[in-house]
Amino acid sequence: MKILVAVKRTLDAYVKVRIRQDHSGVDLTSAKMAMNPFCEIAVEEAVRLKEKGIATEIVVVSVGSDKVQEQLRGAMALGADRGIHVQAGDDLESLNVAKLLKAVVDKEQPGLILLGKQAIDSDNNQVGQMLAALAQLPQATFASKLEIAEGRATVSREVDGGEQVLSISLPAIVTTDLRLNEPRYAKLPDIMKAKKKPVDIFTPEQLGVTVKQHLKLVEVNDPPARKAGVKVASVAELVDKLRNEAKVIA
Amino acid sequence: MSPMKVLILAEHDNATLKPATLHLVSAALQLGSDISILVAGQGCAAVADNASRIAGVSRVLLADNAVYQYQLAEALAPLVVQLASDAGAVLAAASTTGKNVLPRVAAALDVAQLSEILAIKDASTFVRPIYAGNVLATVQSLDAIKVATVRTSAFLPAPLATSGQAPIESVAIATAQDQSRFVSASHNVSARPELGAARVVVSGGRGLGSAENFKLLDPLADKLGAAIGASRAAVDAGYVSNDLQVGQTGKIVAPELYIAVGISGAIQHLAGMKDSKVIVAINKDPEAAIFQVADYGLVADLFQAVPELAKSL
Ligand SMILES: Cc1cc2nc3c(=O)[nH]c(=O)nc-3n(C[C@H](O)[C@H](O)[C@H](O)COP(=O)(O)OP(=O)(O)OC[C@H]3O[C@@H](n4cnc5c(N)ncnc54)[C@H](O)[C@@H]3O)c2cc1C
Ligand SMILES: Nc1ncnc2c1ncn2[C@@H]1O[C@H](COP(=O)(O)O)[C@@H](O)[C@H]1O
Repeated sequence: MKILVAVKRTLDAYVKVRIRQDHSGVDLTSAKMAMNPFCEIAVEEAVRLKEKGIATEIVVVSVGSDKVQEQLRGAMALGADRGIHVQAGDDLESLNVAKLLKAVVDKEQPGLILLGKQAIDSDNNQVGQMLAALAQLPQATFASKLEIAEGRATVSREVDGGEQVLSISLPAIVTTDLRLNEPRYAKLPDIMKAKKKPVDIFTPEQLGVTVKQHLKLVEVNDPPARKAGVKVASVAELVDKLRNEAKVIA
Repeated sequence: MSPMKVLILAEHDNATLKPATLHLVSAALQLGSDISILVAGQGCAAVADNASRIAGVSRVLLADNAVYQYQLAEALAPLVVQLASDAGAVLAAASTTGKNVLPRVAAALDVAQLSEILAIKDASTFVRPIYAGNVLATVQSLDAIKVATVRTSAFLPAPLATSGQAPIESVAIATAQDQSRFVSASHNVSARPELGAARVVVSGGRGLGSAENFKLLDPLADKLGAAIGASRAAVDAGYVSNDLQVGQTGKIVAPELYIAVGISGAIQHLAGMKDSKVIVAINKDPEAAIFQVADYGLVADLFQAVPELAKSL
């Protein structure tokens, strides 16, 4: 079975985000970028399926500027066999990303498509579900466990209040939650080897997709700052403050 | 008010209507005055009845059929797409159900989906958090149909109607599908209030040290009638179950009082709780980032402070 994994290049999860002075967007100049953590989990899951002999080939795809090739190489160092770079702007809307990925799915005909549940920059949590709609495939979002057998996938999903298990026919879309697995680190020889793995490059035109604008970013702002609090010296003082100043306990 | 038609997906479990739906109605009323609530499930007539008693609701659409029993996206999305054809907006809670279904609806309608809107500026302009809530983006939709999930804690609940009830119309559309089958579900039953709706939340982090120690929070939560939450580190270490995680990738809470115990205050955790009205942090490290958002910070060993606090309430 061939697995397609979609990965996004995002701001590193541990870097503090700054907005541009004119509030037109987030300032990413010279910021440390990385593979979206949920995509790392998706790559790791694909690699494990290959190690188990269930997957035969892992194709990793990213949509964005030339810089996304760094993340494609990163995924190939972890075990993906080849890459597909779809050339586009770095802040392409989810629906456009989903349409481009749909074209790649049509081309590659994978048995399983893995995505992160959410990109930690846009916090959109939607590309996988949109791709499933466009490709008319079943979806299992927020996966914390994945098993493949007899043409179907059994997926445990993290849902409000507990866990849900679904059985979906293949091909299918699965989006990863944090506890699906713990991604490994790439080893130096594998990083070297990844440099020689093939990457195909496509433009939206070549994939037959017209990118369309649906949303306009009006402005970005810092969230309202919380006013500085106080340190209390003892439990007794804390109780007094909560009762008589904040009035949140009886 | 604009006559825009707004379609809301009721948040429910076939038996009861979830309070999130009341918050969705008040968000919807900021967009238009013609509000339909879709109750899709199986054996969910009582839910539809409850929904019909919310003030401001024009009608309840009841799709009561086995194919909707588990609200699977493959079954629900085509129904919503069909009902949305003359709507100006489609809203669902930013719950795991809403997040699962609504993007699938949006793509089928060939429109964008806005995630977790916090405020409505006008009928096409919304505010939503990005970068774990560290940035608020104001976004205008250029689509004819606005499709959005709503951070329900950011909108007040709509009241129940003082008299009368909206008409309930049965929706007969149902298409069987076999792409996705429900296998099982496990719900973590707890006598405590629901994390997303609780007035007080007591959350524990890695500082608690073990699942056994985590129980230290129980007497405190009991005294306060609080829900229990946790950091990702506490969940990953197996102290408590997944669904208690508060943060960017867990639950977003905004209670009157949030007590963070043994939690360092990583941005991903803050994303889930910094809109709480009053924040208390108990941590032995005076430099912990959690103190930067805490109204009241207590630098102390939690193993002493928490029992003492529970006792003095
Ligand atoms: C993509 C991504 C998504 C994430 N999503 C989330 C999320 O949704 N929610 C979330 O919480 N995290 C999330 N994280 C993880 C986050 O970055 C932190 O790792 C996590 O929040 C840390 O949990 P913690 O504060 O319990 O643990 P730590 O950072 O280890 O802090 C433990 C704290 O306990 C204190 N302590 C220890 N012993 C005692 C004692 N005896 N008395 C008092 N204090 C004590 C310590 O001083 C320390 O401050 C995410 C990370 C990534 C990369
Ligand atoms: N530009 C992109 N290129 C490739 N995959 C993407 C891109 N944007 C989003 N994705 C995938 O979709 C997932 C969810 O992203 P989002 O819906 O934007 O939160 C990510 O974890 C990726 O797997």
